[in-house]
Amino acid sequence: MLNLSRAAADGAHFVEEVEKRSGQRLTHCYQCGKCTAGCPLAFSMDLMPHQVIRLVQLGLREEALDNKAVWLCSTCATCSTRCPKNVDLAALMDALRIMARREGRTRKGASTALFNRIFLDSVRRHGRAHELGIGLQHNLRSGKPFKDSDLARGLLVRGRLKFRPSRIKGAAEVARIFAEVKRMEDGQ
Amino acid sequence: MNYTYYAGCSLHATGREFDLSARAVCGRLGIGLAEIPDWNCCGASPAHSTSHLLAVALSARNLALAEAQGAGDIVVPCAACYQRLAVARKELGEDPGLREQVARITGRDYAGRAGVRSLLEVLGGLDTEHLKAQVTRPLGGLKAACYYGCLLVRPPAVTGFDDPEDPRSMDDLVRLAGAEPVPWGYKTECCGAAHGVANEPVTLKLVRDILEVARRAGADCLVCACPLCQNNLDARQEHVNRVFGTDFGLPVLYFTQLLGWAFGLSDRDLGLDKLFVKFRPGV
Ligand code: SF4
Ligand code: SF4
Repeated sequence: MLNLSRAAADGAHFVEEVEKRSGQRLTHCYQCGKCTAGCPLAFSMDLMPHQVIRLVQLGLREEALDNKAVWLCSTCATCSTRCPKNVDLAALMDALRIMARREGRTRKGASTALFNRIFLDSVRRHGRAHELGIGLQHNLRSGKPFKDSDLARGLLVRGRLKFRPSRIKGAAEVARIFAEVKRMEDGQ
Repeated sequence: MNYTYYAGCSLHATGREFDLSARAVCGRLGIGLAEIPDWNCCGASPAHSTSHLLAVALSARNLALAEAQGAGDIVVPCAACYQRLAVARKELGEDPGLREQVARITGRDYAGRAGVRSLLEVLGGLDTEHLKAQVTRPLGGLKAACYYGCLLVRPPAVTGFDDPEDPRSMDDLVRLAGAEPVPWGYKTECCGAAHGVANEPVTLKLVRDILEVARRAGADCLVCACPLCQNNLDARQEHVNRVFGTDFGLPVLYFTQLLGWAFGLSDRDLGLDKLFVKFRPGV
């Protein structure tokens, strides 16, 4: 009994947090499945987009956050454009990724989570994203040192990759933005 | 006509040709572009997937810099950057509390005076006679599949231009250049570029599908408006052929390159020499 009521309390809390972060009313979704029908990434997902939103409606935190689907969603907004109830599912997926990361539930999207971290690190240090550096770092840290080496070579000979990052004058200002956001969010 | 110009990181690297051809075509059309000094990365997907506040703040710094510059609305060639700046502008305009919080974070306020428009919207909105007058080398009925990608016209509440399911602004420009836009169903299908580094097999399948549908529609080339799409569809084409045993050889170029070609601009000025699959109309 005790566990059940605790689970229900967390479920309600979870729904509330997702609604607040995504700006979406979960009860609006009536499970028609149109989002899933048009989702270009559905073929690769372990849960269909309409199932993800159902799990959130049910307050099932672990199931809704700990899956591959939230990390495979490319935020293409096909679903948001077509939903007959105007649910912005792309915004919801964003909120779920943010929460999954904050709760350390990135196991099923480890490669994407790593990419995001390396990308943002590049922006924090230089003010801009350094594509070559990001790709190389990801290769090294995911144990695939030669992935896309043909591609990188092809881009380099065409002058479509830069060896060095370009550091903007306001790089320190950008780093401060990262620090301020972190301070505000951790203080929440 | 003058605009503030936001290039974005890709246009300084993998999307060099988009930057070159955008500037060349705007120059020919008498559109002045004043680059935002010291702009920063918009944060792209990694930022909005990590922190909503961070995503808005990174874009807001650019919006504030552009507004302070006072050179008019911001025009953005890259579909991905365009969408990030447009989302930030909308959210800051609708939520005074967020605007205040973000101003504290960035140390700069954005009052919403400088608007955000995609380069496709700006060029598509020009007087057709003015555009036609520049065409000195029409493309002779070349069949082009216009590929808008996912971010340029979606979600409509943010982008507010063209049709989110069947956009036509690029088709119209391509027609003006003397090419023939083919009807096809993958105009706004996602190409999966965001997964290129982290989940390549997923990306390759999406790229294969888009190339296949374009070929079946009879296209001689794909025309696009996003450096992530272009790089994904062009530079990964050989890899797709290796993995799927296909033999695609479809040039994938920016709409500005196609227009510029019709305007008689040189391959070099348009960065056509930088494509993986060569574009040789009429050969
Ligand atoms: S399309 Fe909208 S209403 Fe239908 S299942 Fe998806 S989110 Fe729910
Ligand atoms: S935004 Fe995500 S869930 Fe929605 S259609 Fe695109 S990939 Fe699928």
